[in-house]
Amino acid sequence: MSLSDKDKATVKAIWGKISPKADEIGAEALGRMLTVYPQTKTYFAHWADLSPGSAPVKKHGKVIMGAVGEAVTKIDDLVGGLAALSELHAFKLRIDPTNFKILAHNLIVVIGMLFPGDFTPDVHVSVDKFFQNLALALAEKYR
Amino acid sequence: MVVWTDQERAYIKDIFSKLNYEDAGPKALQRVLIVYPWTQRYFGGFGNLYSAEAIQSNPMVAAHGTVVLHGLDKAMKNMDDIKNAYADLSVLHSEKLHVDPDNFRLLADCLTIVIAATMGSSFTASVQAAWQKFIAVVVSALSRQYH
Repeated sequence: MSLSDKDKATVKAIWGKISPKADEIGAEALGRMLTVYPQTKTYFAHWADLSPGSAPVKKHGKVIMGAVGEAVTKIDDLVGGLAALSELHAFKLRIDPTNFKILAHNLIVVIGMLFPGDFTPDVHVSVDKFFQNLALALAEKYR
Repeated sequence: MVVWTDQERAYIKDIFSKLNYEDAGPKALQRVLIVYPWTQRYFGGFGNLYSAEAIQSNPMVAAHGTVVLHGLDKAMKNMDDIKNAYADLSVLHSEKLHVDPDNFRLLADCLTIVIAATMGSSFTASVQAAWQKFIAVVVSALSRQYH
């Protein structure tokens, strides 16, 4: 389900609208993921505080959204553009790729919550496809 | 058997008390048909589904969305035995409608997003957790009579 030109334009447009709140979206989505899907906490056992709104969650939410923003700029070649991140996830972090779907779901819930008027079904489908392709690019080097 | 805390029961009751079926039902069904277009396979008799605009103005989609959402009332009223409450509906979806159970999950996700968009910040992480647990139990119950 690769990204059409329309998908890419839609993703860039919605990113323009939501990027001012990127840090908030990242922190919220990560907090929700840890709450609603407790199995994801296993990757963060080294954090002192895993509750939503905690300092490590906020900080890491920002990191994640920074990478999402970077992916938007590299939307024409996600596999090439995210090669370094893929190596990080494949060889160092070794996060099970199922979790990319889980995080994507929570990002979508938060975007829908914060931008109900803008996150129409048309926008939703393009964003969903984008996250799927992003996840694939991140998993590229796994095996 | 599924164990619900008092807090979870309260959250679910609260969501349903604020739910506008004629708004959320259509929106959720429209969203699943647009975001996951292969779900349209089950609605060959619904007329024009050729674009997002067509889906969003299709009266059959809207009517059916409301019906489907009311289907959740059964779960809300029988939270301690959702599995059995949905036995007949599960058989219907399997034997008569031939719906791939993965679609229940897709619709559940779209409904979650519609509810989140309607409730805004009152859809906290804890509320989301309770809601997703509830809807996962319904999805599981609906998937049970597939053989």
